[in-house]
Amino acid sequence: MSEQTHQRLTPAPPSGQLIDSPRFPVAAKHELGNAQQRANLRHATHTIRDKRARVVGELDNWEQLRLAGEAIKNKVLRNLPDHLVRLEASLTANGATVHWARDAAEANRIVVGLVQATGSHEVVKVKSMATQEIELNEALEDAGIAAWETDLAELIVQLGHDRPSHILVPAIHRNRTEVRDIFREEMGRYGTPAPPDLDDNPANLANAARGHLRDKFMRAKVAVSGANFAIADTGSLVVVESEGNGRMCLTLPDTLISVVGVEKVLPSFDDLEVFLQLLPRSSTAERMNPYTSIWSGRREGDGPQDVHVVLLDNGRTRALADREGRQALRCIRCSACLNICPVFEKVGGHAYGSVYPGPIGAILNPQIRGTASEVDRSLPFASTLCGACGDVCPVRIPIPELLVHLRHEVVEAKKADHGVHLPHAEPLMMRSGGWVMGDHRRLEAAQRASTLGGGLLGRFTDHLGPLPWPLSAWTSARDVPTPPTETFREWWRRVRGDDPGPAASGDTPAGHTPEETR
Amino acid sequence: MNARDEILARTRAALADVTPSDADVQVPWTYGQPVEVGDVLATFVERVEDYRATVVRCAASELPAAIAAGLKFTGTDKAVVPTGLDPEWLSAATGVRFVSEDAGQLGNDDLNRLDGVVTAAAVGIAETGTIVLDHGPGQGRRALTLVPDRHVCVITAEQVVSGVPEAVARLRPSIAARRPLTWISGPSATSDIELSRVEGVHGPRQLYVIVVG
Ligand code: SF4
Repeated sequence: MSEQTHQRLTPAPPSGQLIDSPRFPVAAKHELGNAQQRANLRHATHTIRDKRARVVGELDNWEQLRLAGEAIKNKVLRNLPDHLVRLEASLTANGATVHWARDAAEANRIVVGLVQATGSHEVVKVKSMATQEIELNEALEDAGIAAWETDLAELIVQLGHDRPSHILVPAIHRNRTEVRDIFREEMGRYGTPAPPDLDDNPANLANAARGHLRDKFMRAKVAVSGANFAIADTGSLVVVESEGNGRMCLTLPDTLISVVGVEKVLPSFDDLEVFLQLLPRSSTAERMNPYTSIWSGRREGDGPQDVHVVLLDNGRTRALADREGRQALRCIRCSACLNICPVFEKVGGHAYGSVYPGPIGAILNPQIRGTASEVDRSLPFASTLCGACGDVCPVRIPIPELLVHLRHEVVEAKKADHGVHLPHAEPLMMRSGGWVMGDHRRLEAAQRASTLGGGLLGRFTDHLGPLPWPLSAWTSARDVPTPPTETFREWWRRVRGDDPGPAASGDTPAGHTPEETR
Repeated sequence: MNARDEILARTRAALADVTPSDADVQVPWTYGQPVEVGDVLATFVERVEDYRATVVRCAASELPAAIAAGLKFTGTDKAVVPTGLDPEWLSAATGVRFVSEDAGQLGNDDLNRLDGVVTAAAVGIAETGTIVLDHGPGQGRRALTLVPDRHVCVITAEQVVSGVPEAVARLRPSIAARRPLTWISGPSATSDIELSRVEGVHGPRQLYVIVVG
């Protein structure tokens, strides 16, 4: 559909494809120039970090829970075909229709077809990473179907013609005043307007969202959701949320379509006792999130009577094939690793060029999307390897180790591209990279050394010329980005006046309870 | 090959390196255990209150009066009553208009014009201050506790367990009966603006819990 000939139904997102985003360092530099965003992010990530540490500290058995969560997910992943077949059978027995989608295009075709079959020209949506990943909203828009986001943060993003920058709080880069301006300006164009005297009090902003979305919920015939968990033995889906928008979507319409990544399956209902402890404390830093909905297909006289589940691959089996990298599929999208990450805190989510930003994005995107694009090749390097992300991860994904692993993969991919046969130089550098980054003093020394190089050379060119061996073998084959004139750690100290994180200080960092430090 | 078979085939191929002993992952966890919370009921009350819900305790004989007080406190004038709720419970709430769930077809818009609901519950969780509805008798279909703005919820002392594991074990029969479950921890809330918590978005903005016994 061309925008010249048709009026859009929903606010247009920024133009361009995420996959065409610039390399992380380029995007990061741009984002760092946004002082308002940096202030918003710093405030938000620090608030949630401290809260998370408090609620996690309440549980004596947090480490046991993490071990259990890790083991259950490993069990699922190593027996994935069996669990998927069981899930399909139990969902079908419960009256749901199960669809399978190899990739985003296939998933979008299925969903568009299902909505068209209902005759409806709009859907209400529960916040869902899977549907963002496949860019379902735009596929629906192209088919003349309006997709209304109903999560408050997603609504802010959608009305703001923006992209999400965080997996839990997609509008984390916006402050209350910006939200007020977006609501005042845009709500009236797409439904019930904001009250004319709307101020920037968060309670009033939430109330404006309630008013704006109420009609949409009441009239909606079709809803689209994701799921946090899909239970194989009982054929149930689980959605964890806060606002009640999820319940509205899951309960009021006649048709419910849920797009669920194949890795979301859990063997048994009983496993929820582990994940419903790990997830809320790690994500919103609450003992429990306000609402969790669990439904098993179709229920006579209660909720949608036409229930569909789309099981989505879209690169997940590619990630599964990597013996190390498959660990990233344990992710329950809690966002604790984003909130703790010193890099994310500074650059925000947009620089990662994906709906999955932060540390998890840095390991997940190159695996599920592959390493063909510039941005995906740069993501494994978007980290200081300080280790904080791995320490907070509720399913014990060793993110720093996977970053190093993926750096190898990127190097291999580039080598293959250039047809260069330099079997030893780059892997050797990467190994020494691992050694350097494993210790903060070595890292800082190396970074200082390379910064000096950047200062001398960067004035005239963006890229370094040939370097002494073994680096020369590498630079002769491709461009090496000029090292920044200030290292991340130096810059942090200058800006913040303290140390960036656990690996740098060597102490138990603020916001961590001792038992989570591995 | 259709999508299903292809995804399953890709999955099997991806796992070619996994040996039977690798696949047999032991989960180091004992399911269904109580958690240490001290006084279960006192903890439940305290934790529900932490979410800025209102909690009162009463004896079984005082329940009708407690419900009447809850409806008054929340400012409820017109409340929906789920099928199977003991009519005796509402006997003291004289000023309130009650609409029965099974009186005609209550559409979404009808529910939207009512301002409250009174329900029973299935399970309470002390450690997290959570109430679970399994939408059995006296709890209503899911929309009833969602669209009206005030929820007065009655839970008995025996329904409250220590933690999430015991709750999941207790809910096994409900899920086996294919009932939907709604876990409620305080009134609807959001942390989407600057990560500060605000109570009251789409679900009931007031939650009033009565613990009996
Ligand atoms: S990688 Fe771990 S910490 Fe990060 S979002 Fe996933 S589960 Fe949470």
